[in-house]
Amino acid sequence: MTTAQTTELSPKNLSDANERNKRRQGFLMAFPAYAYLLIFFAFPLGIVVVYSFATRNRFGGTDLSDWNFDSYIRLNDEVLRNILFRSFTLALLTTVICLLVAYPFSYFLATRTPTIRNVLLVFVMIPFWSNFLVRNYAWRVLLGSDGPVSRLTELLGLGETRILFTPTAIVLGLVYGFLPFMILPLYASLERLDWSVLEAARDLGATGFQTLRKVTIPLSMPGVIAGSILVFIPSFGAFVTPEILGGGREVLLGSFIVSQFLEARNWPVGAATSTVLMAVMLASALLYFRKGGRTL
Amino acid sequence: MATTKELRGGAKWALSLNAWLVYFFFYAPIALLVVFSFSDDNLVGRWGGFTTRWYGEFLDNDGVQNALGNSIRVAILSTVISVVLGTMAGLSLERYRFRGSRMFDALLYLPVIVPDVTMAVMMLIFFTSLDDLIGLQITRGFSTITLSHIAFSISFVSIVVRARLAGMSETLEEAAQDLYATRWQTFRFVTLPLILPGIIGGALLALTLSLDDVVITQFVSGPGSTTLPVFVFSLIRRGVSPLINAVSVVMLAASAFLVLLSLLAQRSRGGSVT
Repeated sequence: MTTAQTTELSPKNLSDANERNKRRQGFLMAFPAYAYLLIFFAFPLGIVVVYSFATRNRFGGTDLSDWNFDSYIRLNDEVLRNILFRSFTLALLTTVICLLVAYPFSYFLATRTPTIRNVLLVFVMIPFWSNFLVRNYAWRVLLGSDGPVSRLTELLGLGETRILFTPTAIVLGLVYGFLPFMILPLYASLERLDWSVLEAARDLGATGFQTLRKVTIPLSMPGVIAGSILVFIPSFGAFVTPEILGGGREVLLGSFIVSQFLEARNWPVGAATSTVLMAVMLASALLYFRKGGRTL
Repeated sequence: MATTKELRGGAKWALSLNAWLVYFFFYAPIALLVVFSFSDDNLVGRWGGFTTRWYGEFLDNDGVQNALGNSIRVAILSTVISVVLGTMAGLSLERYRFRGSRMFDALLYLPVIVPDVTMAVMMLIFFTSLDDLIGLQITRGFSTITLSHIAFSISFVSIVVRARLAGMSETLEEAAQDLYATRWQTFRFVTLPLILPGIIGGALLALTLSLDDVVITQFVSGPGSTTLPVFVFSLIRRGVSPLINAVSVVMLAASAFLVLLSLLAQRSRGGSVT
């Protein structure tokens, strides 16, 4: 006992004790959130994976005692393969359109003076923050058979537009909803760009297009990757937009998962599909963090 | 900045045209929705003279009022809890290292990147299996919605708080401790005022997320206890109506108000908008 007390006085042990104390304090502060996320996030995540290996019983319930890969094998069905392919194509198309629109837009933003830039940015943030459901609904009103868009094209002599409840309307809604997710990371990486490098390229005789292709785009790659992931992931699992603008006719991944739980009552298949969606998401997130991205 | 000036006429012109088209694309649908919410016509997209009767219907509709009340209660409670938990977690991860802190860091990021359909499925199965596994029955409604909203809001709050903390050195806190402030005093009079803009930003984000969520809430809500977005979503699925126009505009106004507040909070941060 006495030796312990004397050693405690040495500066090294004192800082050790301090260090331990600090570690305990840090843990205690994080503990409530940690515990909450373990119970209400990590545990539910685990159960979804468990359910994906279970079997659906005759009553629409789930039998947890019979473990198999049936649900994953069913993902290879013609129907599901089509759903996956359609969702993938629409999400990819959405991402490409967002990229093509947002890149010049962010470039424009990044080259304004700081005051104008901040004002312009605020007007990107407002749609970013406003209700996603309402923004989709606005297009439903616009594209309706008697709506303004249709009447405008009639006036122009192009005839009625009938794009509501088609894949075009879904892509339009997704682009409208997720474009800010592309603009913000692109802007962040273009704003940090070292413009003197671009000038050097021009001084060395590169054309504007060559500078863009060989200097600007490679330097803004982190923003391109971040934006693409932030647009692709929610588009791939989208549920609200296809329901409102696709009229539920075009079955996509999100709607399929929801119907497996709320209507068809085949939870194992729904759980397996969600697990696949989650795996795609994790893989892209890892790719993003590997590429040095840090902010979301 | 000099580079734009070097851009030749055509490219420069195309860049600004694209920018104005993007703004038009962002705002024209919203503006038209606001206009049509004052239209005295039973068709949603047709102008039939000015009226405010749809807003009157909004105030008289019990379903809407009930859902609105639920939304506000869920949003406030889930925001308060997730702000407390998220701020503590953010502080701890930015200022302390402890065993398992790396894992906690990863766990804290997951809810941000999980697609909402997946999160909805997780919460539904979780609340159902609580009954199967330990016989704990939770009625679907207010409590399950709030618990789920907290689960995704904590992460957003802690990310915003950490972003605020990341650029600050610990010297002020150390100085306070050297001047014999207790731990609580240091937190109350030094740390808290410093990170307050981050906390407010996080709280507004949590409020917005809670007020916006459709998919997760739809999975964990019960009959008669839905939130406004879920209620509106089910109305839209049955067919559009001018009443939905009015409700939508109210929801837009609420989010615009929250954006304004968050901009004010960020102004005191004295930096950029992102």
